[in-house]
This record gives sequence, structure tokens and C-alpha cells, in this order.
Amino acid sequence: MSAWTADEMMTVTAARSLAGRASCFVGIGLPSTAANLARRTCSPDLALIYESGAIGAKPTTLPLSIGDGELGETADAVVSVPEIFNYWLQPGRVDVGFLGAAQVDRRGNINTTVIGDYRSPAVRLPGAGGAPEIAASCRETVVVVRHRPRTLVDRLEFVTSLGFGDGPGHRAALGLRGRGPIRLITDLGVLEPDPETCELTLTSIHPGVAVDAVRAATGWPLTVRADLRVTEEPTAAELTALRSLTTRSSTRGGGVA
Amino acid sequence: MLVIIDAHGVWFLGWLLNYCSYSAQTGSRMAELVSLAEGVAELVHDGDAVALEGFTHLIPVAAGQEIIRQGRRDLTLIRMTPDIVYDQLIGAGCAARLVFSWGGNPGVGSLHRFRDAVENAWPRPIEIEEHSHAGMANRYVAGASGLPFAVLRGYVGTDIAKHTKTIATITCPFTGEALTAVAALNPDVAVIHAQRADRRGNVQLWGITGVQKEAVLAASRSLVTVEELVDELEPQPGAVVLPGWVVTAVAHVPRGAHPSYAQGYYDRDNDYYQSWDPISRDRETFGRWLDEVTAA
Repeated sequence: MSAWTADEMMTVTAARSLAGRASCFVGIGLPSTAANLARRTCSPDLALIYESGAIGAKPTTLPLSIGDGELGETADAVVSVPEIFNYWLQPGRVDVGFLGAAQVDRRGNINTTVIGDYRSPAVRLPGAGGAPEIAASCRETVVVVRHRPRTLVDRLEFVTSLGFGDGPGHRAALGLRGRGPIRLITDLGVLEPDPETCELTLTSIHPGVAVDAVRAATGWPLTVRADLRVTEEPTAAELTALRSLTTRSSTRGGGVA
Repeated sequence: MLVIIDAHGVWFLGWLLNYCSYSAQTGSRMAELVSLAEGVAELVHDGDAVALEGFTHLIPVAAGQEIIRQGRRDLTLIRMTPDIVYDQLIGAGCAARLVFSWGGNPGVGSLHRFRDAVENAWPRPIEIEEHSHAGMANRYVAGASGLPFAVLRGYVGTDIAKHTKTIATITCPFTGEALTAVAALNPDVAVIHAQRADRRGNVQLWGITGVQKEAVLAASRSLVTVEELVDELEPQPGAVVLPGWVVTAVAHVPRGAHPSYAQGYYDRDNDYYQSWDPISRDRETFGRWLDEVTAA
């Protein structure tokens, strides 16, 4: 029995990936929790940008939506929705885009639209939101999902937001400026793109997780890097900061997606 | 008497002078003050393209429920984030089409009435036109600007454009670069909720202001519900002001954005968002909810 949960390990690892970054465009849910933790640990000056128009938001609790009142009230600036996408995201001035996903494939492409046929889907998902342009325009993106076979899939039926597309050179050929998904962080480990093939490969495994368990939860034949690391355990300070954030949020009366 | 005015004071005086002069010039064309029922009856017709906007904040939920109560049909519902308010309208059978970019119950999960309509055509088939947020925002900007389309860096490499006819590739006439064009949105009627209006129908909203200004300016008609009717609008930092001569009608509807929030008035009612999940998950439970709303 470890002193932390798999979700906590995932969130702490995701927060660490924001060290040294100046700005982060934040998706709701798991990415938002991690980005807010980063501001309380490794990256106190990180500017959190939400698609509702809040720039430099400093919420004391985890927001329930991307447009909570506290995001606007604590922000350095609040701009309109056209402005946040056109002036702030589109020119490529944001360091990191932090995204969640219903499904992600071996090249980091994301589906949040449908499972099954588009016109008569088995499952209708929420759709794109801000993600396609966040994935295209941020200097780099980090994706945070729970590691399940139905989530990490070999091929997507629908590409909502582009990762590395069909493979090396695809993003550049399309004229995309951002580097794409540099890291996929899950509750089992960390996957990073192979420099040659752009395929997501296991580069770090969380403490206590077996490689076979990661393979079993991945929908493609997973390549494990020869220099596989074990993720550093959450520190007491990281866990205290995360738990105080989630406790404060739940006592306010809201669940967090 | 010596009066010292700082930069803010000068700005305020300038605003006040402009405000007074246009009020004087256009007094005869100001927005009409109506009840919510009158506003919906006059401005929202069967078959209209209707945009209810408000990006997580100031969502015009009371107006949406009045549209249900008045039994509007065959609407094209336009909204970036068709959350609870459109789940209700779709479940009630008001919508033939939905134009949107993200359909979920924020912080909770799925919109079950929306999913039932798309997955099972219940209570009627619904056609969808799907975009990204950046695309929808730019479509409103084009509509508000009197342009047929807007240009952005968007959708590239995704499957969205394969299914949506209002997205196309365009070549920059100056650099030859391939960019994305999205068709303008010009709704028949825009419906928004704001914090305040004065009695001449000048509307003021602040906090997270979303795309409401663009939606109203893009639409042929507009209905604004407000928390408060006041004699004079006091300037607020970061506020959007929609002069009464671009607004068709204003209705005084306190708590008209509930269960979303109205900054300075009330917080988001998160229990409602969570309780909506079991109500909308089941057709019968939803039917009972609908009976209560239409009986009110």
C-alpha cells in the first residue's frame, strides 16, 4: 500500500512537466488540476490561460468549468473568447497546451468527438472545444489521461486534435508551428514520442507499476525505451499541496471532473 | 474650485460625454422593455436560427425555458457550449439543427438529451454542424463585422472539416499561405443574459464576457435578459456595453442565468448541474421535469 494514489502520481508528474514554463493553456479536468498544482509547487509564476478569456488566473480552488468566476476575478486580464483564441493562442506565444482526451492514438492524435460512425455514432462525445487549435498552436503540448486500453488506442476513428498525424514530417507539411505532444502522462507512466517514428513509447514507469501492466493497458504494441526510468515518487510537499487543493475544492460543494 | 482628474477620470468623462451624446441622438430607436414572455413571443419564431450565448457565465437559461414553454419548433440552435440550457431545448423537441463546438455538462459529464438526439434521434432527428471554439468565435466575429467569412489557423489535420461544410481552405493573396476560412454566423435572433440595463435599453455585462457582444451584433434581432434595471449604468472595469440602439428588446429577469452564475449577483449552483445528470439520463425523468417547466 503506497502513500499515494495512481491519480495523485499522475497529477504530480504532469505538474512537474510545467517546471520552467512561463505560460500554459489549460484544458478542464485532469490538466487543470495538474496546472494548478504546478503553480503551488515547481512553477509559481506560471501564467494559467483558460479559453474563457482568463489570462494569468490564480484560483484558490480547482475550477469546475473553464469559465468559473474565480478564474476571471483572480486573472491578470480577462479578454473575450475571440481574443483569447486569435491574439493569445493562434500566434504561438503560449509555451504549453495541457489537454485531456477521450482517446489518444500511438502518434498522439486525440479524439473527443465520436466513437463509431460520425453520422450515427455509438457514443457521442462532447466535441472539439478549444483543443484542435491548442494542439496546433502552443509551442508544445502535454496530454493527461488515465491509462486504459479503450483510451490509448492503435487508431482513431475520428481525429479531433492533431498530434503527429501519420508520423514524422506530417505537422511540418501542414504548416503547424507547435512541436506537438512532447509527453503523454498517465496513471501508470510517461510516454514520449520516439525521435525517429514519432510513436509514443514508454520512457518512465511509476513506482510499483509493472511494465506488463502498462503493455496490457495500451492499445498498440508498446515500445519500452532501453533507458526506462522509474518516475520519482511524489514528495510530501507535492502531496500536501495537491490534497489541500482538492480538499478545498470538494468542501466548496463541487465535484471535480 | 480646483478639480484634479487623473487618467481614469478623464477616460470616464470621455465615456460619459459620448454616452450622453449618442443617447440624445438615438433616443427614438432604443431597445424596447418587455416581459420575458413577450420578448420570446415577439422575437423567436418557429424555424429561426437562434443563438443563446454566455460562456459558462451569464447563460440565458430562463429565456431557454421560456422558448420551451412557448413550444417553439424546428429551431437551428447555435451555441459554442450547448450545456444544460440546450440539453433542455433539445430534449423538449425544439431543435432541428445544432451548430456548436463543445457539448457537455461542464464539470459533470455528458449531456444525455443531446446524446439521445444524436445517437438515437430522440425525440426527433437532429442535424449537427460542428466546429472548434476558435472557429465558432471567428464565425461570430465575421457575422458581427458584416463579412461573409473569417480567416484563422485552425482545423488543420483534423477530421472536423470533412463533416462540416462551413469550413474551407483559402489561400492568402499576399503570401500564398494556405489558411482556413469559416463562414459567418448571422443568427435570426441572439439571446443573452447581462448584469444590468438602463431604462433606455443600454446593456452592461462584465466578468467573463465570452462572445455575447459578437453574437448580438451578428444577429438580426436580439433579446437581452438582465439581473437589474437601473436608472444609470455605472462604469465597471472590463465591461462590455451594448448601446440600446443595437438591442431589440430587454427583459428584467432576476436570476435568469441560474444555475450558471452572474458575477456580482450569485454563484454557480453546482448542485443543479450535478442533479441535472440523473434527470437528463432518463427519458421519463426528463419528461417529468419538462411537465413541471411547461406547467410553470
